[in-house]
Amino acid sequence: MRYWVAGCLALLTAMSQLAGQAGAQTTSTLDTVKARGQLQCGVNTGLAGFSAPDDAGTWKGLDVDVCRAISAAIFKDTSKIKFVPLTAKERFTALQSGEIDVLSRNTTWTMSRDTAAGLSFAGINYYDGQGFMVKKSLDVVSAKELSGASICVQTGTTTELNLADYFRSNKIEYDPVVFEKLPEVLAAYNAGRCDAFTTDVSQLYSIRLTLGNAADHIVLPEIISKEPLGPVVRQGDAQWGNIVRWTLNAMINAEELAVTQANVDQMKNSKNPEIRRLLGLEGEYGKAVGLDADWAYQILKLVGNYGESFDRNVGAGSPLGIARGQNALWKDGGLQYAPPIR
Amino acid sequence: MKGPSKPPSPAKVSRSLSDYVYDPKTRGLVLQALVALLLVWFVGSIIENTIRNLEAQGIASGFDFLDNTAGFDISQTLIAYTNTMTYARAFLVGLLNTLLVAVVGIFLATIVGFGIGIARLSGNWLVATLASVYIETLRNIPPLLMLFAVYFGVLKTLPSPRDSLELPLSSYLNTRGLYFPAPIWGDGTWLFLLGLVAGLGGVVLLYFRARRKFILTGQAPSVAVPAAGLIIGLPLVAFVAAGSPLAFEYPVAGRFNLKGGLVVQPEFIALLAGLTLYTAAFIAEIVRSGILAVHKGQREAAAALGLHQGQIMRLVVIPQALRVIIPPLTNQYLNLTKNSSLAVAIGYPDLVSVFAGTVLNQTNQAVEVILITMSVYLLLSLLTSLFMNWFNARVALVER
Ligand SMILES: N[C@@H](CCC(=O)N[C@@H](CS)C(=O)NCC(=O)O)C(=O)O
Repeated sequence: MRYWVAGCLALLTAMSQLAGQAGAQTTSTLDTVKARGQLQCGVNTGLAGFSAPDDAGTWKGLDVDVCRAISAAIFKDTSKIKFVPLTAKERFTALQSGEIDVLSRNTTWTMSRDTAAGLSFAGINYYDGQGFMVKKSLDVVSAKELSGASICVQTGTTTELNLADYFRSNKIEYDPVVFEKLPEVLAAYNAGRCDAFTTDVSQLYSIRLTLGNAADHIVLPEIISKEPLGPVVRQGDAQWGNIVRWTLNAMINAEELAVTQANVDQMKNSKNPEIRRLLGLEGEYGKAVGLDADWAYQILKLVGNYGESFDRNVGAGSPLGIARGQNALWKDGGLQYAPPIR
Repeated sequence: MKGPSKPPSPAKVSRSLSDYVYDPKTRGLVLQALVALLLVWFVGSIIENTIRNLEAQGIASGFDFLDNTAGFDISQTLIAYTNTMTYARAFLVGLLNTLLVAVVGIFLATIVGFGIGIARLSGNWLVATLASVYIETLRNIPPLLMLFAVYFGVLKTLPSPRDSLELPLSSYLNTRGLYFPAPIWGDGTWLFLLGLVAGLGGVVLLYFRARRKFILTGQAPSVAVPAAGLIIGLPLVAFVAAGSPLAFEYPVAGRFNLKGGLVVQPEFIALLAGLTLYTAAFIAEIVRSGILAVHKGQREAAAALGLHQGQIMRLVVIPQALRVIIPPLTNQYLNLTKNSSLAVAIGYPDLVSVFAGTVLNQTNQAVEVILITMSVYLLLSLLTSLFMNWFNARVALVER
């Protein structure tokens, strides 16, 4: 009996401590990451070109490069990262609960996620849109023909809602089949349970390559939504949000200024003030985000600029071969446009 | 304290504070009150903490979201639903889908489980061995794997919609499910329903009369023919009298799939089959142990009275075995209901898939959604337990 009372008392004190702690949760994410010596980055469970482990188990991809760039800016090292693979459904809870520091996983910037979900988007690293993939043998050439079709979709995505919107506004009937995990969605699509599979077009291209004979499947021309994909952080830590935002901005600005992984050391001799500010030779931009002056130099040296990352992961230099299109720099007719460093 | 009329009991006179402290009853009460308080405080502070943290993180909270437009579609709905309805409606759709698979699953698992449990005790070596193999295999497969195996097994075997398997009665089977003609009831249906109800009532009446006669005279009159007449004949007459108010909508080939008719989706079939087969293996073991718990003297006595094998089972063994069977059977019913939440893995729109899946992700109100979902499963479990306890009390041996 006495032990029992002692146990209760212990619980009581523990509880009151816990309550106090939770109330005063103001430690900065940067300090936590530095103290841990590791960045915890939420990525896709496996989407070639965006985030997937290669044969050697090294994570590669456009979204992974954002994690690597953040790690480079903080630690001058791209390997101090713990990659946390997350399904569509798990990702926001993982970020909200602090299991990860940043989510870089083909995640669409929407108003509700950016506000009521307690999250904050730090930029756009890929302009995407939702599309449909169907088996070629169905002889479908337009999404408008999909009346009465079964459509496979993954839960926890914007995809699920866009689908309903599109078919409602076009007054087409369809039959949604909703799965929690991507492998089951694809297995069902392959087994003929669905006529079409829908998600962001970039993901359709990536997934098509994994479907055995890619030529048996076609992506329909309709793009039914805007899917601006980018890294996400928790609300309430402005400094951390700035680090992620400006990491991405630095990569995009570097491409515009033609600073590459190969020439970044040479560029240190450049007279161009924009390049000098980017590389930390002028001004105190590193300090402004709580990092060293050479933060962006490290990003470019260790990861490269946005164009390089795009090219080797999803662009011409990759199996996906996606054209720059909307993701070209603004001066080349695309949408990628980073605010200046000054 | 000391009334003049009541002689003071010695214990009461000498009660001081220390007596209360050492009185186990008082001490127990005080401690229990303390623990209860502690518990209330503990739960209260968790709730307060959560609300405070959600607020600090800028995450919306509260239950207002239930009235917002859902905006997504659901493939199987037992009640009318469109994507312009609310999250609350979507919740109801998911709940009903869960209930459907749980109730039908419990019903089927009980039948299959009893059959296999009895088969395992069969004197026929082959039957007993097959039952054992079934039980030992299925009990040892994780239910999720089982569902995947059944679901993708079903999908792989079924033909594509373009070459659907034609079944009798204008029904079809393909990878999109089982298609039936949908009945469309016209005016005058009420007369038919009335006939049906009257027929059912008649059968119940017949049954009770026959039972009374059996108890009074020992003769069991055959009621099969009049009962059949009542339950088929009456509605039939009413149906014709009302001018046959029934038409059918037949499934016809569309561009991708069959259109029209009633569909039972492969996800439902797979989930139902998986849960039924899995749970039946456990029920079979429970039934077997229940039957073995009935003393063999009971069978011998029944046999000596001239009852045949079926009667011995039905009238003597099973009623006694039920006392042993029902409590663990309740557990299996609860397990089946809870396992039905694995539906999300194979795309069946149950409560977890629709509400704790899609709704949670669209609203991002994880705490509220999970709280509601957990409460629903708790409530379902409690209701099942209550019902089974009541049933158990009914079949319990009345000791005299
Ligand atoms: N951009 C959309 C969809 C992103 C998404 O999760 N896509 C799915 C379908 S390709 C995916 O990546 N699934 C992989 C997984 O969950 O492991 C969103 O943010 O909601």
